[in-house]
Amino acid sequence: MDPIRTIRSRTVAMPRANIDTDQIMPARFLTTTTRAGLGEHLFADWRYDAAGRPIAEFALNRPDAAGCQILVAGRNFGCGSSREHAPWGLYDYGFRAVISTEIADIFRSNALKNGLVPVLVDEASHAALLARPGAEVSIDLERSSLTLPDGSEVRFPIEPFARYCLLNGIDQTSYLLSKQAAIADYERRMQA
Amino acid sequence: MTARTLFEKLWQAHEVVPETVDTPAVLYVDLHLTHEVTSPQAFATLRERGLTVRRPELTVATLDHSTPTDRDQLFGKVPIRMESAARQIREFESNCAEFGIELLGLTHEQRGIVHIIGPELGLTQPGKTIVCGDSHTSTHGAFGALAFGIGTTEVGHVLATQCLLQRKPRTLAVNVEGELGRGVTAKDLVLSIIHQLGVGGGTGSVIEYRGSTIRRLSMEQRMTVCNMSIEAGARAGLVAPDETTYAYLEGRPRAPKGTAFERAVAAWRKLPTDPGAGFDREIVIDAAGIAPMITYGTNPGMSVPITGTVPVRSGDGVHAKALEYMGLTAGQPMLGQKVEFVFLGSCTNARLSDLREAAGVLGGHKVATGVRFIVVPGSQQIKRAAEAEGLDRVFIDAGAEWRESGCSMCLGMNGDVVTRGAYCVSTSNRNFEGRQGVGARTLLASPITAAASAIAGRIADPRGFLA
Ligand code: SF4
Repeated sequence: MDPIRTIRSRTVAMPRANIDTDQIMPARFLTTTTRAGLGEHLFADWRYDAAGRPIAEFALNRPDAAGCQILVAGRNFGCGSSREHAPWGLYDYGFRAVISTEIADIFRSNALKNGLVPVLVDEASHAALLARPGAEVSIDLERSSLTLPDGSEVRFPIEPFARYCLLNGIDQTSYLLSKQAAIADYERRMQA
Repeated sequence: MTARTLFEKLWQAHEVVPETVDTPAVLYVDLHLTHEVTSPQAFATLRERGLTVRRPELTVATLDHSTPTDRDQLFGKVPIRMESAARQIREFESNCAEFGIELLGLTHEQRGIVHIIGPELGLTQPGKTIVCGDSHTSTHGAFGALAFGIGTTEVGHVLATQCLLQRKPRTLAVNVEGELGRGVTAKDLVLSIIHQLGVGGGTGSVIEYRGSTIRRLSMEQRMTVCNMSIEAGARAGLVAPDETTYAYLEGRPRAPKGTAFERAVAAWRKLPTDPGAGFDREIVIDAAGIAPMITYGTNPGMSVPITGTVPVRSGDGVHAKALEYMGLTAGQPMLGQKVEFVFLGSCTNARLSDLREAAGVLGGHKVATGVRFIVVPGSQQIKRAAEAEGLDRVFIDAGAEWRESGCSMCLGMNGDVVTRGAYCVSTSNRNFEGRQGVGARTLLASPITAAASAIAGRIADPRGFLA
């Protein structure tokens, strides 16, 4: 995994609350056995009409959305199914961070393991971001801070271990594997 | 000893390394369940890194999600129609074989939906930590096990180390007191709880369902309640084990036997929350005030009593979007809304008691013309048990389809789908846009409401059909 320190990009806004992982990555694309190429199906049922043509009004289809790495979404983003295909799809599409007032537990945990930074903000900052879609913002992971379009800076909470892993490009599997002695010890204790 | 909750006891007993400010806990996993959809990339990672499975005997695999419920496809008489699903199934079979994992495969007599077979086989037991790459793993909490859904990267963690990195969640007590009314089921209870909590109301928490109403529920009903904990955003749902739990488990193929069972029960009796132990948050629900529920919107919190009307919420954009998708008008009554599909199935409501209750409502009635009613038992064992009592005849004679077990129409990825724009009364757990097929309009309800609606061809109150 590549280390992540800062993300600087214009935003795409999807203000709707409770965007679930079935919207982010519909179930019919889950028969894949790899992580690759899921960006193509991201938000498929909102992005394309029944004939497969892009729906012009959808946020990702607007011309100014091209190249944006930060998604500003409504409350309780990523609820529902545990499918990691949702953060894989967002990352593959090009997103590197999701900002919301509330992000569902399993999605947040999955995102952190895939280089997609979940950023939790207060209502006022959220409203400011939604009011100016396309504005440039920056995320400094080292300082856990987000610089809003007006230049003001807000801090966001992020699980310290996951942040450490993102900053240093460490994957959590290696960390767990380093705990094998403690695991073996636990197993012996349980058998006794 | 300080008073502890059931959750705290479960958590502490599985801490390999406790959490610190800087690092999450390393938590041991006693049982890992896995299926074809959320595991392929985890096995690929093991292969890439040259890792083996630490405790293959603690993982049990089955096929349910992309697996067809059509008999001929399932048993290989004809090829599986969805090529990508067929490939995924084959790859899963070879992954399990390569890594030494027991698979209850396509033609296995004990195959079924992952959250149905764990309890049915007695694999699910009080005091265990249970995980699966599936959010409805919360189902197993009905036994007093700490059970939660994980992502695919974490599936890899469990395979390689039998452990997970976890932050300790908060606790939320949902106290339910009083008698459920006639025609009001565990499904209505949990829909009502989600409505009160909101779809994000349980985020960051483990729910313990408590109170006299919960104590009176059967294991199957408790599973229905715990199953939908995730729909309130909760990590897990729990019910403390009691005599009902032990009676359910005794004699199950994978449960301890004889004196080992006695010893296990003695240990399980120590699990319930101690008197005086505190929760981070508590709510109280009055069971007597709950009616049969049905959803009108696009998340499981958007529900009303079945005799109610679609809520009016001017200025609420989310509400307006949901109604637009559902093709419903604010203020319209739910009863009488025409439906084209009825789905009786899923890990929420496809156990034997669900099939019995629905069959009871069907009686000698016929499914209304223009309605496709599909009945999908939760496991092959349930299917056989239902057939032994003649329930299959009741459904088939009424004009319903009787299928092999699997996730089926709960999620549109195995060939069973609701057509665009059609309404489906469904006993499953998610009414998200497109969940049952592109453009499908899902109305979540209980098995008896589903059966009543199949007869009427419209949303119908099950209480009018009860003996
Ligand atoms: S029945 Fe539905 S909710 Fe349950 S495991 Fe299958 S797809 Fe998931």
